[in-house]
Amino acid sequence: MTPEQTVELQNASPDGSVESAMIVRILAGENELYHDLIRPHERSVYLTAFSVLQNTADAEEVAQESILKGFRHLCQYRAESRFSTWLLKITLNEARMRLRKQHRELWESIDAQTDEEQSEYVPHEFGDWREIPSEALERKEVRKVLSAAVAALPEIYREVILLRDVRQFSVAETAEVLGVSAGVVKTRLVRARLQLRDLVAPMTTSRGLFSRNPFLKRKKPWS
Amino acid sequence: MVLNCKDVRREISNYIDDDITPEMRAALEAHLGQCRHCSAILDGTHNVIVLIADDRVFPLPVGFSSRLHDRLQQELESV
Repeated sequence: MTPEQTVELQNASPDGSVESAMIVRILAGENELYHDLIRPHERSVYLTAFSVLQNTADAEEVAQESILKGFRHLCQYRAESRFSTWLLKITLNEARMRLRKQHRELWESIDAQTDEEQSEYVPHEFGDWREIPSEALERKEVRKVLSAAVAALPEIYREVILLRDVRQFSVAETAEVLGVSAGVVKTRLVRARLQLRDLVAPMTTSRGLFSRNPFLKRKKPWS
Repeated sequence: MVLNCKDVRREISNYIDDDITPEMRAALEAHLGQCRHCSAILDGTHNVIVLIADDRVFPLPVGFSSRLHDRLQQELESV
């Protein structure tokens, strides 16, 4: 089965029944099917590890280990959550353990970050930046500005941005992977998004990376 | 319902996700229609969200997939 066929099959099955059927077959001994099962999730697994570790080599190694661990523990998977959610929870846990092991003294305390969440985030004043110049992404410099801005976020905001906005998981799935409530995801998301905008906007205007032509007509943000 | 800038900032993310009541949307849009500052924050935030969703911003390392499946194959063969 090609990766495209796998994705197509899974898309045709929003309830994940195709994935569940594959898992049953793998557990019955068709181990090779595990290649196809994880193919649609490779990118999410890597980015989840990267959101914690901030290093491509470490993130790749943790991604590999998490996927292998997923295979070894597949019999423990319960269909009440999506396979992707289950796999990303393993990945997040592996990445956090790796970070603790490597940089115990630098570990950012979740408690300390929770305290920060209590206060309101006030966005900075910048000039208008209303155009979406998707063609600007052709330029490496623009991509670097965006990835550096995400890297500059505190870990709890980086995780929520990578799951929700980069990988487009729902609020409920993001909450399940992170082990927090949907309300906490939404609170982190508003702070993360406003901070991200504050980090990107001055770079875009001062370096002239994007033009600043305002939209003539307001569009719905989700359209 | 009349919102101030602080209320709008709190709801701006839910507005982008279309996860608000019709009443809240109407109140937000009434504020955004007359507040240039909040309107700029909304547009900038939305732009960033659109841009970072592009796969080119966070590319997989070159050869990631083939290394992963090679290692996985070794594991599967050892079972």
